[in-house]
Amino acid sequence: MEKVVYQKSVGLTNNDLSYCPGCTHGIIHKLVAEVLEELNLVDQAIGIASVGCSVMSYFFFNCDMQQAAHGRGCAVATGIKRVRPNNIVFSYQGDGDLASMGLNETIHAANRGENITVIFVNNGIFGMTGGQMAPTTLLGQKTTTTKEGRKKEEHGFPIKVAEIISQVEGAAYVERVSVHNPNFLRKAKKSLKKAFEYQQQNKGFTFIEFLSTCPVNWGMTPIQAMEFVSKEMMTYYPVKVFKDVGDENA
Amino acid sequence: MSRVLMKGNEAIAVAAIKGGCDAFFGYPITPQNEIPEYLSKHMKANGKVFLQAESEIASINMVYGAAGAGARVMTSSSSPGIALMQEGITYLAGAELPCVIVNVMRGGPGLGGIQPAQSDYNQITRGGGNGDYNVISYAPENLQETVDIIKGAFDTADYYRNPVMIAVDGLIGQMMEPVDLDKASQKRVMPAKDWAASGGHTGKDRRVITSLYLDPKQLEEHNLKLYRKYQEIIKNEQKYELINVKDAEYLIVAYGTMARICRSSIEILREEGIKVGMIRPITIWPFPEKAFKDLSKNLKEILVCELSLGQMIQDVKLSVEGRYPVSFFGRTGGMLPEPEDIVRALKKIIKGEE
Repeated sequence: MEKVVYQKSVGLTNNDLSYCPGCTHGIIHKLVAEVLEELNLVDQAIGIASVGCSVMSYFFFNCDMQQAAHGRGCAVATGIKRVRPNNIVFSYQGDGDLASMGLNETIHAANRGENITVIFVNNGIFGMTGGQMAPTTLLGQKTTTTKEGRKKEEHGFPIKVAEIISQVEGAAYVERVSVHNPNFLRKAKKSLKKAFEYQQQNKGFTFIEFLSTCPVNWGMTPIQAMEFVSKEMMTYYPVKVFKDVGDENA
Repeated sequence: MSRVLMKGNEAIAVAAIKGGCDAFFGYPITPQNEIPEYLSKHMKANGKVFLQAESEIASINMVYGAAGAGARVMTSSSSPGIALMQEGITYLAGAELPCVIVNVMRGGPGLGGIQPAQSDYNQITRGGGNGDYNVISYAPENLQETVDIIKGAFDTADYYRNPVMIAVDGLIGQMMEPVDLDKASQKRVMPAKDWAASGGHTGKDRRVITSLYLDPKQLEEHNLKLYRKYQEIIKNEQKYELINVKDAEYLIVAYGTMARICRSSIEILREEGIKVGMIRPITIWPFPEKAFKDLSKNLKEILVCELSLGQMIQDVKLSVEGRYPVSFFGRTGGMLPEPEDIVRALKKIIKGEE
C-alpha cells in the first residue's frame, strides 16, 4: 500500500503556474496555500491579486479572489475586510505594485491597523513589464532602465519597505523573510503562519516581505539568482522580525 | 411622511442610508463635506461601515473591494476628487461591480474653484477612465428628485452590476429645501449576488472579481457583453422631463441647477407670448435621446443651456440629427446666470442675431 508523503495543498487550484523557471513566486504561493490549509482558512479566505507577474494568482489560490488596480491592494483589502470582518483577507503584491505605486495605501492601511495580511514579494525589479528598475532595485543593479546600474545620485536608494512599515504605529507584525534555501523557507512559513494567526486573533496589520528572485530579468540562472538573494539582497535587506506586538521581549 | 427642511448634502446622506447603503468610503472635498460628516455618525449608529480614506484613490478602491465582496457601497466627492477616482471607476465597470458615486460638481479645470458647475459632463458621460464603458448617471434638479434617485440607485447599481453616479452641482448640495425622505421609490426584482467574492467558495465554485482578459478574443467577448448591457440600459433607463414642449417653437435643453433657472426664463418668455418649452434630461447617461424623437412641427430652434462652455450640446446635436439648428448659452467657473440672461439669449435667436 502506497502512503502519501507529499501532496499539493488544497489551498491551490489545479491550474498550471504561469511563473518563469527559478522564480520564487511559486514557492511563496505554496507557503500561503499550506498555511491557509493548516489553519483551516481556505474557505474563509478572500485574496487580492495585484498588477504584475502575480496578477495571475487569482487562477492559483483556491479561494475567492479580487484583482486590484495597480498598487491599490491594501485599499481593496480594507474595503473587503470592513464589510466582511469574519473573513480572512490577504493581499499578495509585488514590489513594483506595493513599493512604487501603492506605498501610500500600504502605509495608511498599516496605520489604521487594518486586520489584514499583506504578502509583499520583493524581487527588486519590474518582472512582468520586462525588467525595468523598481524602487527596490539594488545600487549598481542593471535593469532595462538602468543599463549602467542603479546610481544613488540619479535614482535614489533601494527602498526598505518592511523597515518603513515597522515604524507605523498601527502595524502589528512586520517581518522580512527569504525562501532561497529550505532552512529559510521553513522559517518563512512559520512567519507567514504567525501573520495569519494574528489576523485570526484580530491583532491587526501583518506584513511579510519575501525576498524573491527574477532570474529571467536579472540575467541569471535559477541557482545564481538564489545566490544573489543570499549574498546581495540579504546584505541590504536584512531578514528579521521588525515588529511583533505579540513579543513581550521586543 | 411629511416634508422636512434639509440641506442638500445631508438629505443625500439620509437617502443613502434609506437606500440600503452598507458601507461608505470617502475623502474630504468641498462642496460635499456634509455627506461624510453626516454618515460618519449615522452609518455606525445603524451598524454600517464608515471609513475616511487617505485619498480619493483609496476611497474608490475600498469601494471596489467592498462591492466585490457583495456589499452595497457608496462614495461621494467633487470634480477633482472624481477625476482621481476614474481609474477605480473603469475597474468597477470592467469587473461589473455595483456602487453609488455622488459627485457634487464644482468648477474646473485643475483645482478650479468651489462654486457650482456642470463642466464635468464629458468626464461623467464619456468615461474619464480607459476602455469601452459607461456609468449610469443622473443629474437631478432638486432635493426631492435627488433623494428619490439615491434611494433607488443601490438597486439600479445591483440590478445592472454597474457603477451609478448622481451628479449634482454644488448649489444642490449646499441649498436647503423641503424634502419627503420616505416617498416610495421604484422597486426592481433583484438578482442574487451569486458572483460576489464574499469568501466560502473553493474549487469550481470559486469567485473571482477581475477586469483582466489577456486573450483579445475573450476581451472582445467581455466588451460585447458589457455593450449589450449598456444597450439594455439605454433602452430602459432614459429619464427626462418635458416642459411645455407640445406647442413649442423654441426649446431649451438644460439639466440640474441650470434647468431650475431656465424654468423661470420660460415663465417670463411665455408671459410675453413666446412659445418656449424645455427638455430636462434627468439621466445624462444614458442621454434621453427618446425625448428628441417627436418634437413639435412648429419647432424652429433649440437652445442648450449649461453651467459649462458647452458639453451636453454634443449629445443634443447627436439626438437632433441635424433636424433643427442648435445654439448654446453657458456660464462657467461657478458663475450662475439670471433667468433674464437666458431670456435675452433666446430673444437674440428669435431676432436671428445668433
